[in-house]
Amino acid sequence: MSNRSPVNSMKIAPYVFILPFVLSFFMFYLYPIISTFVMSFQQVYPGQVDFIGWSNYGKLNNPEFKVALHNSFRYTVYTIALLIPIPLLLSVLLNTGNRTYNSLYRSILYVPSLVSIVVAGTIMRLLLASSPRSIVNVIAALFGAEPRQWLLGGPTQAMVLLLILALWRWVGVNIIYFLSGLQNIPDELYEAADIDGASGLQKLWRITIPLLKRTTIFVTTISIFGGFAMFEESFILWAGKPSPNNVGLTIVGHLYNKGFQEGEMGMASAIGIVLLIIVFTLSVSLLKFFGFFDEEGRR
Amino acid sequence: MKRIILVTMLIVGMVGLVFGAGSAESAKPTDAGVTEVSFWTFQDLHLAFYEKMAKLWNEQNPDRQIKFVGEVLPYEDMHTKLLVSLQAGTGAPDIVDIEIAKYPNFLKGNIQLAPLNDVIDPVRDKFVTARLDIYSKDGKNYGLPFHVGASVIYYNMEILKAAGVDPYKIKTWDDYMVAAKQVKAKTGKPMTTLEVTEHWSFWPLVAQQGSDFLDKDGNVILDNATNVKTLQYLKDLMNSGAAIAAPGGFHHAEEYYGFMNDGGAASVWMPMWYMNRFTDYMPDLKGKILILPMPSWTVGGSRSAGMGGTGTSVTLQARDQKLAKDFLMFAKGSREGNLLIWTDLGFDPPRWDVWDDPIMKQPNKFTEYYLNDDIFGMLLDIKDEIQGVNIKEKLPAVIDRLKSTVMIQVLQQQIKTPAQALKEAADLTR
Repeated sequence: MSNRSPVNSMKIAPYVFILPFVLSFFMFYLYPIISTFVMSFQQVYPGQVDFIGWSNYGKLNNPEFKVALHNSFRYTVYTIALLIPIPLLLSVLLNTGNRTYNSLYRSILYVPSLVSIVVAGTIMRLLLASSPRSIVNVIAALFGAEPRQWLLGGPTQAMVLLLILALWRWVGVNIIYFLSGLQNIPDELYEAADIDGASGLQKLWRITIPLLKRTTIFVTTISIFGGFAMFEESFILWAGKPSPNNVGLTIVGHLYNKGFQEGEMGMASAIGIVLLIIVFTLSVSLLKFFGFFDEEGRR
Repeated sequence: MKRIILVTMLIVGMVGLVFGAGSAESAKPTDAGVTEVSFWTFQDLHLAFYEKMAKLWNEQNPDRQIKFVGEVLPYEDMHTKLLVSLQAGTGAPDIVDIEIAKYPNFLKGNIQLAPLNDVIDPVRDKFVTARLDIYSKDGKNYGLPFHVGASVIYYNMEILKAAGVDPYKIKTWDDYMVAAKQVKAKTGKPMTTLEVTEHWSFWPLVAQQGSDFLDKDGNVILDNATNVKTLQYLKDLMNSGAAIAAPGGFHHAEEYYGFMNDGGAASVWMPMWYMNRFTDYMPDLKGKILILPMPSWTVGGSRSAGMGGTGTSVTLQARDQKLAKDFLMFAKGSREGNLLIWTDLGFDPPRWDVWDDPIMKQPNKFTEYYLNDDIFGMLLDIKDEIQGVNIKEKLPAVIDRLKSTVMIQVLQQQIKTPAQALKEAADLTR
């Protein structure tokens, strides 16, 4: 014990333990973010890199970027509107009643999130194929509807399809979050409410939902990330081609087109920085709005 | 203490390994004069072709043996990876297949591909030169083509006979319109299908007339009068009921193959490389399809245009550039190579001097499938009418707009006139 070296002391050891994380953070997050920022002021061509000031940002003032912004905003808002209440109610249902059935349902609802989005998107694209023999058209025909070109319809139809895909895939994950939130609510509260004669609806509204606030904030935040980062779904649904009339064009889709289709890495970086700013601003203001920081401070 | 040092060293070691792995590849030593030649492609048929040619090369060049190491990557992945490795200056293969629509991205800036002029020059006059020009910049050729991609029209003779139409009498697009209406009236079936989410129904027709999306200097001319007129023709064809939007939106959609296989439409114009889509995806049409040159716009006008393709290039990062260039030229530019391009891949080879070789007439799955007696006789006939296209920096952007807005807005939704839609797209890319 007497030859205790500085490395072994409580001062240094913690840093050694977090070193792997810090290293990987610097290499795989901080360094790329900084280079993206630098690249957003450059014209990046193979073997030739020039600083061009703000002109990458200037070029963002184009109709396609606006369409992409619009689509991403709409998609995020709708996914939050659907992916919070539905999993919340389902998880409340799953938290009551027969345990064996519940774990079965929970697994069934969770399985889609294990399926690769590429596989899911491709299957969905084939289900919705425009041939009169595609599954969806066959089902539609049973109800007397004409076969349709589902994927070539207007923006509303496209958004509905994207939302169906998102629902199918993410409901199970969000249910898990809400279920773990429900486990933390003490049973005594419900017992007390029962004694006071509260109805099921009142218990949901007055106890469950308020006490799930932290979970809800968490799920909303990751939904904002997920919503704005959406790309694969629309990319796969339209077979890797631009969607008709850009109905499925998202911010990341636009970034991909600029960077890898048109080889304009500089402009793609600018789009990435704008996306970063949007997501960061939105999530921070959301957290502030819900008083997340105050609560942290008080504890 | 010791343990912590050990852990730190382990971490450093692991990080080092990650980076070391990347650089180890390029410094691979070679044994006894065998040089490794690495290759990337996005199409496994292409890889099989090169592997055969590598074997042949080693037989013929005992003093310059190569070890050919090919890799097939998904289309988008491969081009993305290549773009990044060329930008980074390390990690690129020696030889690489680059698809035509992506090619301009690699001709930007300080070009990281090796000029092939010195190996092409001795046989330049044997090539369909328009195909060399598309992978070139400032007089330097950077890529070797796989095929001519001559646009042709595939007629379903069963439907045409039922409608009493003789395809040999369809000389111009005006004749085609008349015949199309007759087919529709007699059989109730559309004469053709038009792509609404891709550009292959539009581009060959434009190129036939000497027009294009970009001019020789790379300026956007997408909205010029010829192009507007051509798109209007497609719209008229659609509105007459004689053409429909391709099921699935384009001619490579799964549902499209099914639709055509059932005798859905009487004809379709696509490049020669579409031949193997018929043989592989539309087996029921065997013995019913006749390949002819496309109609022309004026009597005596051009009847074809070279479309699509893959340019194979040598990167500046190649271990032995001279060897890589020589091998590439042997694979894609020699007579043997060009014959194999037809027998193995079913493409119309870019060296026209092999088109009348007896091997081209030997029966294979294509000659059995199609009604034509002599597919290459027909191609030789139009050899000088195969119009080239300008592959310049802005092409990927223009094509993107055609796929996403122009075709669907004009042909399917009809919410914009050809002039409006083309102008909007052109302005966006200028």
